[in-house]
Amino acid sequence: MVLHNVVKKNMYQDSVFLMTIAAAVRALEGVDEVACVMGTPANLKLLSDAGMLAPEAAAAGANDLVLCISALDDEAGERAADEADRLLQGRNERREGTAHRPAGLESARELLPGANLALFSIPGPYVKREARRALDAGLNVFIFSDNVPVADEIELKRLGADKGLLVMGPDCGTAIVDGIAIGFANVVRRGYIGIVAAAGTGLQEVSCLIDREGAGVSQAIGTGGRDLSVEVGGLTMLEGIRRLEADPATKVICLVSKPPDDDVANLILEELGRGKKRYVVNFLGQRPGRGSRRVRFASSLEEAALVSVAWSRGEKTLTRSSGIDAETLALSEALGSNLATRRRYIRGLFTGGTLCDEAMLVLSEVVGDVWSNIPLDPRLKLADSRVSQGHCLVDLGDDEFTQGRPHPMIDSESRNQRIVQEAEDKQTAVLLLDVVLGYGSHPDPAGAMAASLKRATDRDVAVVASLTGTPADPQGYHRQKRALNEMGVVVMPSNAQAARFAALVCARGKLAPGGGER
Amino acid sequence: MSKWAKLLGDDLKVVSFGLDSFGESLRHQGVPAVQVEWKPPLPAAELLDSLDHEAIDRANEEGVKRLIDSEAVLVDVARALDVIPGMTPDTILHAGPPVAWEAMCGPVRGAVMGALMYEGKARSCAAAERLVTKGRVKLVPCHHHSTVGPMAGVVSPSMYVWVVRNETFGNTAYCTLNEGLGKVLRFGAYDSEVIRRLKWMERVLAPALKKAVAASGGINLRNLTAQALQMGDECHNRNVAATTMLLRDLTAAMLNTGLRKKTIGQIAEFISGNVHFYLNVSMAACKAVADTVLGLENSTLVSAMARNGTEIGIRVAGLSDRWFTAPAGMPEGLFFAGFSQEDANPDLGDSTISEVAGIGGFAMASAPAIVQFVGGTPEDAIRYTREMYGICVGRHLHYKMPGLDFAGTPVGVDIRKVVETGTTPIINTGIAHKEPGIGQVGAGLLYAPREMFEAALAAFARKDQA
Repeated sequence: MVLHNVVKKNMYQDSVFLMTIAAAVRALEGVDEVACVMGTPANLKLLSDAGMLAPEAAAAGANDLVLCISALDDEAGERAADEADRLLQGRNERREGTAHRPAGLESARELLPGANLALFSIPGPYVKREARRALDAGLNVFIFSDNVPVADEIELKRLGADKGLLVMGPDCGTAIVDGIAIGFANVVRRGYIGIVAAAGTGLQEVSCLIDREGAGVSQAIGTGGRDLSVEVGGLTMLEGIRRLEADPATKVICLVSKPPDDDVANLILEELGRGKKRYVVNFLGQRPGRGSRRVRFASSLEEAALVSVAWSRGEKTLTRSSGIDAETLALSEALGSNLATRRRYIRGLFTGGTLCDEAMLVLSEVVGDVWSNIPLDPRLKLADSRVSQGHCLVDLGDDEFTQGRPHPMIDSESRNQRIVQEAEDKQTAVLLLDVVLGYGSHPDPAGAMAASLKRATDRDVAVVASLTGTPADPQGYHRQKRALNEMGVVVMPSNAQAARFAALVCARGKLAPGGGER
Repeated sequence: MSKWAKLLGDDLKVVSFGLDSFGESLRHQGVPAVQVEWKPPLPAAELLDSLDHEAIDRANEEGVKRLIDSEAVLVDVARALDVIPGMTPDTILHAGPPVAWEAMCGPVRGAVMGALMYEGKARSCAAAERLVTKGRVKLVPCHHHSTVGPMAGVVSPSMYVWVVRNETFGNTAYCTLNEGLGKVLRFGAYDSEVIRRLKWMERVLAPALKKAVAASGGINLRNLTAQALQMGDECHNRNVAATTMLLRDLTAAMLNTGLRKKTIGQIAEFISGNVHFYLNVSMAACKAVADTVLGLENSTLVSAMARNGTEIGIRVAGLSDRWFTAPAGMPEGLFFAGFSQEDANPDLGDSTISEVAGIGGFAMASAPAIVQFVGGTPEDAIRYTREMYGICVGRHLHYKMPGLDFAGTPVGVDIRKVVETGTTPIINTGIAHKEPGIGQVGAGLLYAPREMFEAALAAFARKDQA
């Protein structure tokens, strides 16, 4: 060991700073021990006791910086001294300053006075306490979290109702408040159509279709998937309807949900009866009711969007059909004729549960039985969700697929694996996909699927997709559409049309657009 | 005027709990969104539902008012036996919650033995140990006698102590004089050099300081600390500015006392050589402040937090003198030449009374240099302070931090908030060698363990229901 002492005359540095330097230099190869201190008598004595003090530093004074290095050899000692010199110049690399994060609601409100919405994506069991505090403090809440006990949901929604605050969720994926996309939501034009939806991707699809038609959304309120259950009784949907009734900008109100329980449906319809505005209702999967001058039942998300647009423009009926035109029919025939004979089935891989539902409804009318992990008919439940059979649409966003892994809207990995699996299945004729853009979703879903989709198109499997998004979304509708087209994917204007088109391709163009084999 | 009515009545302003991306998306759209550093609450959080929060809030507000209004003034330097209430010739005070001799860590044992030798009651460690094991010495926490002590915190009858009076509430608190750095009693050192220094302090330093304090007419410690916080100290682990100001006041006073120039010189030199000289004065002040909430009915404020090197303990205002303890933690920090983490003793000393009174770790934003102990940046220092706002009831009126736009330091730790947020107090501390007699080996930071806050809340809930 050699002792290497350096004295820097009249150089004061803070002792803690010097300790950090000593620690850094000590970590160098060939360095045994380092002390870096001001040369006060007390420090010199400590150095001497530790056997670190060489004669050249013995005369250092309290205003001198003393660097003592014990190293394997002279070279290591000098390297260490150089490093200490460099460090003494001050740290150049500053770590990125992390924005301050308050510990809880109270300190958050101090940082952001006037906060009026609390957004929760924390584990479900913790939601009640935090959300209750937010409501007590006068904030509206948006609860993305799932696994919130239904009793908690009821308590929170009642408390919200008492306080005149909006409780969106639990399990609420999306909302558009004052033109701002919250959660998984798209950047849509503002307009005169208000939406209240118990279905996340349903709300996204309807709002995007409205945007595509050149119309806009005033407000879109998510209620969470359980809102229309008997237990919860539609508390948030009713509150949403009242708010939109009172909103001067909203002309038409569009409701989207899975079929509610009869009692709850009656509650909702009674509320509509009390309202003054026009309503378009899509209880997905329920046979459309009769409706009235003010209330129209739509059979699909697409129809709900189109009727809402027409009504918001004062048109009495749809001026544009959602049917399939001749050009599209020709394309489906061309794709169909390309298919090997044994390729007979549609395989849908969905990230949005509502989109999967809608596609199943459309398909079952024209192709008959559609198997699924979330089937319309329990008889058609897949024995193993990981293995497809017949015509089969899988919701990859369902809990069984997302335990311990990210949702497929965020991370394409699970869908990519399944795309390859379906492509390798010689019975697969058409791959049907939903691609959901907007805030929250993957920054480039098309790009993330490129490799796996190539495996499918290489095997001459037809790939059909719908693209739920708008040009103003961070991913850009047109950019994503172009990218998908370049991969050989047929992009249809809506999820319902994509399903219809998939059926046409699968039937080699021999399917009447209205349903049934031609 | 926009044609669009606001759904929530006002411009959207969001507080986001959970996924960062949701808040980021909102900020991307120009919406003000604050991300909460959310952690699951501690399991004891379910007890919170049963509490009478209104009564507690009222009590805590009163408690914080007391902590802030307290004006601590250094009024005297006196012999422990003469001034500390309940002190007897065979009492030795130590840091932290109660601990049996067998369970005491090395530095505390070393300091106890050293104190017995200093008192002339034993001539060797072995003799000192015999006195203790035979029950001839009463070992009691400082906190039970309105006293605090840094590190081992050992106070024996002949030692001189700072006497600090809370002028607002009339109570008094005590702390020994700081011996300096290196091999000193508070780190468990007890060789002849240590004893000699203690004797010099008793015979020369303390009597002179007594005269000086008397001549000064009392030194307002709240003001002195407030100034030091604006000069880069946080007054727990960094006391450079405060020590300098105290030395200024004491020197001026000593020059008016008729003390010999040589003595004044010796004392000035002694104080100059120890950047932590002010710590003990500050601790006595913090104790005088914190004691005003001791026993405050219905209050969930922490009234004391202290470590004996084996355990760390807290007291809660509304639960009077009960201790709630957990094993003492290990500070993460920097070590002096020749020492490493392996040499470190678990967290030790009463100096966490500083955090109870709203300085120390809680005022870290004032002392950015401190975070370098853990490789941090000035931003980190600010982050620590801001984090503590989340578990405190108030902001100090007098203790302002320039780096935080002169915001007051967080003051008044509420155990409810600790349990609810899962955030515990941050502590700045020196690190003692685990073997007696070696001294300080480094300094660092750590968070107080959560268990004692949970246990305290459980006890509070039981009392609340009773």
